[in-house]
Amino acid sequence: MPSTPVASVFPALEALLPLVQKPIQYVGGEVNAVTAEWDEADVRWALMYPDAYEVGAPNQGVQILYEVLNEQPGVLCERTYAVWPDLEALMREHSVPQFTVDAHRPVGAFDVFGLSFSTELGYTNMLTALDLAGIPLIATERDESHPIVVAGGHAAFNPEPIADFVDAAVLGDGEEAVLKLTEVVREWKQAGRPDGRAGLLESIARSGVAYVPSMYDVEYLPDGRIRRVVPQRAGIPWRVSKHTLMDLDEWPYPKAPLVPLAETVHERMSVEIFRGCTRGCRFCQAGMITRPVRERSKAGIAAMVDNGLAKTGYEEVGLLSLSSADHSEIAEVTTYLADCYEGSQTSLSLPSTRVDAFNIDLANELSRNGRRSGLTFAPEGGSERMRKVINKQVTEDDLIRTVATAYGAGWRQVKLYFMCGLPTETDEDVLQIARLAAEVIRVGREVSGRRDIRCTVSIGGFVPKPHTPFQWAAQLDHETTDARLAKLRDAIRTNREYGKSIGFRYHDGKPGIIEGLLSRGDRRVGRVILQAWLQGARFDGWSEHFDFDRWASAASTALADEPVDLDWFTTRERDHAEVLPWDHLDSGLDREWLWEDWQDALDERGVEDCRWTPCFDCGVCDQMGTSIQVGPTDLGLPAVATRVVAGQPA
Amino acid sequence: MDRKPPREHVAPVQRVRLRYAKRGRLRFASHRDFQRALERALRRADVPMAFSAGFSPHPKISYANAAPTGTASEAEYLEIGLSQVCDPEDLRERIDRALPPGLDILDAVVARTPDFADRLQASRWRIELPGLTVDEARGPVDGLLAAHEVIVQRLTKNGMRSFDVRAALLAASVAPGGDRTMPCAILTVVIRQVTPSVRPDDILAALRSVAPSPAATGWQTPPPLVTREMQGPLAEGGSADEFVVGDPLAADREADQT
Repeated sequence: MPSTPVASVFPALEALLPLVQKPIQYVGGEVNAVTAEWDEADVRWALMYPDAYEVGAPNQGVQILYEVLNEQPGVLCERTYAVWPDLEALMREHSVPQFTVDAHRPVGAFDVFGLSFSTELGYTNMLTALDLAGIPLIATERDESHPIVVAGGHAAFNPEPIADFVDAAVLGDGEEAVLKLTEVVREWKQAGRPDGRAGLLESIARSGVAYVPSMYDVEYLPDGRIRRVVPQRAGIPWRVSKHTLMDLDEWPYPKAPLVPLAETVHERMSVEIFRGCTRGCRFCQAGMITRPVRERSKAGIAAMVDNGLAKTGYEEVGLLSLSSADHSEIAEVTTYLADCYEGSQTSLSLPSTRVDAFNIDLANELSRNGRRSGLTFAPEGGSERMRKVINKQVTEDDLIRTVATAYGAGWRQVKLYFMCGLPTETDEDVLQIARLAAEVIRVGREVSGRRDIRCTVSIGGFVPKPHTPFQWAAQLDHETTDARLAKLRDAIRTNREYGKSIGFRYHDGKPGIIEGLLSRGDRRVGRVILQAWLQGARFDGWSEHFDFDRWASAASTALADEPVDLDWFTTRERDHAEVLPWDHLDSGLDREWLWEDWQDALDERGVEDCRWTPCFDCGVCDQMGTSIQVGPTDLGLPAVATRVVAGQPA
Repeated sequence: MDRKPPREHVAPVQRVRLRYAKRGRLRFASHRDFQRALERALRRADVPMAFSAGFSPHPKISYANAAPTGTASEAEYLEIGLSQVCDPEDLRERIDRALPPGLDILDAVVARTPDFADRLQASRWRIELPGLTVDEARGPVDGLLAAHEVIVQRLTKNGMRSFDVRAALLAASVAPGGDRTMPCAILTVVIRQVTPSVRPDDILAALRSVAPSPAATGWQTPPPLVTREMQGPLAEGGSADEFVVGDPLAADREADQT
C-alpha cells in the first residue's frame, strides 16, 4: 500500500481550542518531546494513556516506551491522550479525528495504536479514542488500513473484558516487547503484508510477544462458568507469558523526561529505583505480577537523577517503586542525594508507606532543610487479625512506635491508608481503625507536647484482582461497604477527646464494584463496556463523570441473555476448580501457590518476603528464568560534587 | 521540636527586565503555565537566581499584565532578581534557548529605573477576524468609536461584572488581510491599562453588541487570532486618534548608557 502524506490536523483543531477548557493540554510542545519525519519511518506507533493529559503526561510507562521507540532507526512514536467531553463534542461536530499531541497526526494513520492501562477505568476512554480516530470499535471489523490496537499495562493481565476491542495485549514490562512487536510489524510490511491483517495478527500470536484474543475460543458451561479457552489452530500458544526486563541499569529511561507546559498531577521528575515487590501483600496485584524484585544500582540512580534534573529543570525528584524504602541501598542513596542537592532548592521525595522507624530516618534525611508536614503509612488492615489475612506484617505496637517517632522528629501530620471490604472482614475489624487513630493522636500529643498534630485516615474499598491470592474472593457489595464506612466515620466523630484531630477520607463502594467487574470479567463484559460507553460513560476514574446507575443498567441490558450478571462477576466467591478468564495468561505465579496462599489467608497465616528468607516457590523465577536482583552493588557513588548552585553565592 | 527555616533570603545583586513573546500554539499556555515553564528554563539554563526566604524559597520573579490565555503576544514583560551580576544579552540568549520554541525572550536590560509597572500604560493589539471583510468590520468599529459608553459583561473570579470598555479604548482601525479563499479584516486597537483591565475579548463583545445582527455571527467563527504587538508608555501622536505605544525598556537602556 503506498504511503499517503499524512497532514497535521492542527489547523482544524486550533479553531476549536479557544472554545475548550485548558487548551494547552492539546498542543504538545513539551520540553524533550521528539519530532520525527513521517516518511523516514517504516513502523509508526501512536501511544495513548487513556486518561486526561494531566494524568497521562507524567505516566512513566508511556514516557519510557516513547523514548525507547523513538531511539530506534526507522521507528516513529507519538503520544495521544483522552480528550475531555467539551473537545470531544467539538471534534465530532467539525470532523476532527483523534490526534497525537506531538505532530497532531491522526491516530488512524499509524501502524500500531498502543494503550497503557494502569486501571480498568480507562476502558471507555479507549472506545472514545478509537471512535474519534475512525477505527472500528470491534477488532474483527478492522481492515488493513487500520492500526493494530495493542493494550499494555497492569490491566492487560486480564484483557478479556476488552478482547472485542483490542487486537493484542502485551503482558509485563514493555521495553523489549515493543521492540519485538515492531520487528514483527516491520517484517510483515516489508514482505508485502502477506495475508493482510489476519496474517499480521497470526505472526504476533505465534511469536508469543503478545496475546491475540481473536485467535482463541472461549467455551462456557451451562451455568455460565468458563469451560475452557482454546487456541483456534496449531502453532498458537496455549499460554502467553509476561515479559520481564532483567537489568534496569541497562535501561535508564526516560533519559530525557518530558516537561509538560500544562499543569499535571505529578510536577516532578521520577526515577524508578526498582521494579517488583516480594512483600507478598495478598491484595496487591502490582506486587504479584511484577516479580521478581529488580533493583537499579545506587550509581545508576544517582546518574539518572543528575541527568534528569539537568534536562528538565524540575525542582523535585521522586524515587519511585512499589515500596521505595525497601531498596537494599536506600539509606546510602538518600544520604548521597541529600548531600548533593543541599542548598540547591531541589527537593527529594520517597513515596514510601512502610510502617517502621527506618522509613522515618529516610524521610528526615530527605527533609533536612524543608518543612516536615506529613508522612504516610499504610497499615491497610484495621485489626491485627485483618493484617494477618492480607499478609501486611505490621503489628499495632510497630505502628504506634513508628508514629511516635515521626511526631517526635517534628512531623505534624500522619496519614494512614486502609482498605475496607477485605476477605473475612467484619464491622469490628474496620471499627478498630477508629481506636487505632485515637491511640495515634494520644501518643502523638504525648511525645510532641503539642495539641495541633493531626492524623488522617484514608480508606477505600478493596477490589479483588486477577493473579493475586484474592482472585477467588467475593468482593464486598457496595451497600455493606458504605454501611461499614459510615459506622467507622461515626466512631471517629463521636470520640470527644481525639475525634477533632482525626480526619476521615473515604470513597463510596459503588465505583469499586464496576472496577471489580472490569478487573475479573471475561469476554462477555465487553458488551457491558460497549453499552455503557454508548450510554455516555467516559472518564470513569473521575467521580464527577462516573455514574454507577449507567453501568448497572448497561450490565443488565448487555447480559440479559446470559446466566451471569454484575453480582456474579463481583460478589461471588470462586472455587478451586473454576477456570478463571485469565488462567491462560501467565504472570509466572504458580496457580497452586496462589491457591495455597489464599487458604493461608483464610487461616490468618503470614508468609515472609523471599528477599531475606528462603524461596517460597511462588513460581515466577522458575517459570520465567528470572531471579531477584538486589544490592549491595559494586559500583560506588561518585563523589558529592561541589556544585555551583544557582541562588547561592559561589 | 520546632524547626525554623534554615536559609537566609538570597538577596538580589542585580535585577534584569525581560521582554518575551508567546507565539503560535504556545499562545494557549495560561500565565501559570508560562510561570512554571520559565522557572524550569531558569534552572536548566543555570541562571543564578535570588530567592525569597522561608521553608519553600521562591525565585525572585515579578510579572506584569500577562496576556490572557489563547492570545499571542510580542510584548510581555517580567523582571528577575539575580544573585550574581550577569550580562543581559548573554542571559537573554541562555533563557531563550532553554525555553520551548514559541516562548521566546526578545530583549533584556538591567533595571536602572523605578516604577517599571507604571510605564505599562497601554497596549496595541492586532485582532485578525477571519471570514470578515473590511467593510463588514468597519461599521461596528465606527459604531463603537461613536459611542460614549459601551457596557459589557464578563465572568471574573468575583462573579459576573459589568464595565465600560469605551473609555479605555483609545484608538481602533481596520485594514484588509486574508486571501481570495477567506477574507480577513485586521483590527488594530490601542487600549489603556485600567482596572479592571479591558481585554481584547471585551472589545469584541462590545463590537458584537453594536453590530447589526447578520454580521454578528461572523465575529465568532472562526475565532479571532489576537496578538499583543506593543505594551508600554503612551505618547499621543499628531492627530487626535493617533496613539503611539512606546518601548517600556527604553528608560533603562538610556540610564545604562549615561
